[in-house]
Amino acid sequence: MGATDQGVIGQSVRRKEDLRFLTGAGQFTDDVNALRQTCGYFLRSPHAHARIRRIDLSKAKAAPGVVAIFTGDDLTGVNGLPCGWLITGTDGKPMNEPPHPVLAQGKVRHVGDQVALVIAETLHEAKDAAELINVDYETLPAVVNCVDALKPGAPQIHEQAPGNKCYTWALGDKAAVDAAFAKAATVSKLDIINNRLIPNAIEPRAALASYNRADESYTLYVSNQNPHVERLLMTAFVLGLPESKVRVIAPDVGGGFGSKIYLYAEETALVWASKKVNRPIKWAADRSEAFLTDAHGRDHVTHVELAVDKDGKFLALRVHTTANMGAYLSTFATCIPTILYATLLAGQYTTPAIFCEVTASFTNTAPVDAYRGAGRPEATFVVERIVHQAAVDTGIAQDEIRRRNFIRTFPYATPVALTYDIGNYDATLDDAMKVADVAGFPARKADAAKRGMLRGLGYASYIEACGLAPSNVAGALGARAGLFEAGQVRVNPTGSVTVFTGSHSHGQGHETTFAQIVAGRLGIDIAHVEVVHGDTGRIPFGMGTYGSRSLSVGGTAIVKALDKVIAKGRKIAAHLLETAETDIEFKDGKFTVAGTDRSKAFAEVSLAAYVPHNYPLDKLEPGLDETAFYDPTNFTYPAGTHICEVEVDPETGVVKVVNFTASDDFGNIINPMIVAGQVHGGLTQGIGQALLENCVYDNDSGQLLTGSYMDYAMPRADDVPSFNVSTQVTPCTHNPLGAKGCGEAGAIGAPAAMMNAVHDALAPVGVKRIDMPASPHRVWQAIQSARA
Amino acid sequence: MLLQRRPKEEVVSIKLSLTVNGKAVTADVDPRTLLVEFLRNNLALTGTHVGCDTGQCGACTVHLDGRAVKSCNMLAAQANGASVLTIEGVAKPDGTMHPMQAAFKECHGLQCGFCTPGMVMSAIDLVQKHPEADEKTIREGLEGNFCRCTGYHNIVRAVQLGATGMGK
Repeated sequence: MGATDQGVIGQSVRRKEDLRFLTGAGQFTDDVNALRQTCGYFLRSPHAHARIRRIDLSKAKAAPGVVAIFTGDDLTGVNGLPCGWLITGTDGKPMNEPPHPVLAQGKVRHVGDQVALVIAETLHEAKDAAELINVDYETLPAVVNCVDALKPGAPQIHEQAPGNKCYTWALGDKAAVDAAFAKAATVSKLDIINNRLIPNAIEPRAALASYNRADESYTLYVSNQNPHVERLLMTAFVLGLPESKVRVIAPDVGGGFGSKIYLYAEETALVWASKKVNRPIKWAADRSEAFLTDAHGRDHVTHVELAVDKDGKFLALRVHTTANMGAYLSTFATCIPTILYATLLAGQYTTPAIFCEVTASFTNTAPVDAYRGAGRPEATFVVERIVHQAAVDTGIAQDEIRRRNFIRTFPYATPVALTYDIGNYDATLDDAMKVADVAGFPARKADAAKRGMLRGLGYASYIEACGLAPSNVAGALGARAGLFEAGQVRVNPTGSVTVFTGSHSHGQGHETTFAQIVAGRLGIDIAHVEVVHGDTGRIPFGMGTYGSRSLSVGGTAIVKALDKVIAKGRKIAAHLLETAETDIEFKDGKFTVAGTDRSKAFAEVSLAAYVPHNYPLDKLEPGLDETAFYDPTNFTYPAGTHICEVEVDPETGVVKVVNFTASDDFGNIINPMIVAGQVHGGLTQGIGQALLENCVYDNDSGQLLTGSYMDYAMPRADDVPSFNVSTQVTPCTHNPLGAKGCGEAGAIGAPAAMMNAVHDALAPVGVKRIDMPASPHRVWQAIQSARA
Repeated sequence: MLLQRRPKEEVVSIKLSLTVNGKAVTADVDPRTLLVEFLRNNLALTGTHVGCDTGQCGACTVHLDGRAVKSCNMLAAQANGASVLTIEGVAKPDGTMHPMQAAFKECHGLQCGFCTPGMVMSAIDLVQKHPEADEKTIREGLEGNFCRCTGYHNIVRAVQLGATGMGK
């Protein structure tokens, strides 16, 4: 951190955004209304797989209040939704990339696939009219499991994807891995299912699209994490409009967790239709639609093997994974089980040889894409479950086997394409063990046993690649977009500052954290800093919020813009103070002539920039408004150890999390309160995956069986404990904030720590395998089977 | 699920008369209008949110005659004659936050803010019923409100602090 930083950086400043949310003054998309607004409603497929023989709209079009009804046949000149990441297979060919129509064309491929858009004066009228649409379906056999989909004879979902295969892709040195396995003292093996999840942001997706005939422009309010990317994909790839004619606003957004990164069919159809009907159209998903159509997460089936030598050193890791893409490729679907998964399989360890092969398949289910952690929780689960198993198989203690294999020399190039810049894995393991009182565990276990309970302890020493991403690296790996971030710092004439960031805040507290950075660096009151995000009409550009990138990439763009502001301010101050620029120091909000008490306050300099009566106009433009684009040179590598302690009631199978400790290294921290909050939320989603949540489709019919909160078990307040969270700091070496990112760590570490604890608790009764979620039914059955 | 809808009912309007945030309100509404729809669409009180429309998530929680209810789970007509308090009516008229609102800010008991109005309404009701609530009681009492962001940790702290503030 630089010399100009003030006390506000590193403090738990209470959030600037809270007042509006606490008083009901937030403006979420569904809270925004337009004059002459109509209501949109999507008729969706009730079948997992069917041909559409005929759609009869005659009765529906005559229903009261109906403005228009559109089906796939009407969308002439509209392309399908694009996939943003091209994966090249082991056969050297590009992945199979079947069309993803905005409204179904000839066929539906999952329950909830959108068939028609009904636009009416009121929502009730739109729904009533939708009931009068007669769709003649020829139902087809469906397949929902990603492994079944690849079997001979499976129902074929797309003509363009023979055998339902999207790609087979691999990373690492297979020959070196095979050779290492031949010399192993111990080989540990596991079969793993990473259960499918439904993100469930509490604000369902929503959109409001308007067309202005006077200037042929569109305005879209949408619940989305990256409005510029939404605009880019929608205009350039689907609708063929100039970006200058489309303004996308993502106002207050009620959680995303990945599910609102993507360009979805609904808002695309609305924008297109708003011109046709020449009226604004509002659509807000109900929860059933959210379950059926939000991009889901995870859904991997994996076999993993770890070769270990006689001293407990890892020799090689071999991983085969099948990943479910769902019925269509969502925006970033293809990079999740490849680029964001296989590259993380070194974990925190020096494993010298790693090979991972991934096959991605199409199924008759909702598209699958990034969900909090996105590939990295899956990788951590594979690595930390097999490390746990290796400790069991070799008889080495869980902490000891990790220590014997930790990377301690940085930078460290892994065998799976990443170079870790910095870390201290001993520090987070030591810290977590201390906070979790691992030393006292045997006594607690003995006490639990007296009460008839099984107590277990589980570790996860995770790593993640965040701060997405160096654009040239991403491009070489198949990304079809850049991954930089933009920031603009506009100093207003009397010294207040408006910051425009391409990062989007939907709970992360950027309006506070970014203001702390600006206030700290400029030495001004944080109350005089406003952060603007989520509007393509106001912000230069942006790649949005995902992959724990906002602070390390978006925050750095702001720092780069601040550097320009200070550099220009120094020139202005030198003129005002009649000295050389090199003599000017900027500190505590003042430009001072070094070694003197002669100075100009920041606001005096900004005023001179906008009222340039005494100003070096021959050398310098007026104004104080700077923009920076920042493209990172590497990923960041947050890492840590999570330790989970569970108690299992063998009579009921109920697993209770009695203690959860997270020690994380996120690099430098701007606001510890916000960071802890991010960890708490991530941990709860991770515990949710391990203990409660599971997306289930019926194997035969393809119907979503967990399509409501009565069926899909979300973590409630009494399902989780209070958490012990702490941080260790090794500052990131390649961004000026030294920040690594904290948004996903909880969801990445928790499932593995939790399931290792469950397996530890159940080992004495002979249970070898429990898949997530460790529901009472599953645990009880496993105990009964082991006893039998 | 999506296909099973009631046959279309004949539309008639119903006359409503109730108090919302201390003000008398009268309106003619479609009989199938839910209380949350009435608050959001007719009165533009958009602080009350719809998160699930099945009474599970609690984002739509308001107070009806002093009791926390889920406004997506009842018809506007059922609130006829009642007194409704929404999140917009919780702070003092001069803008001073209610102790529970202030506690949520102090303890970072909110992130995206979408569940927050319902959570605050439930928390106030919980503390009114159990002024001395411990962590277990608070966690059980908030079972009807989902938060996907905070992991509940700081919400529990906020309710404890809010209870202290409300007791003063």
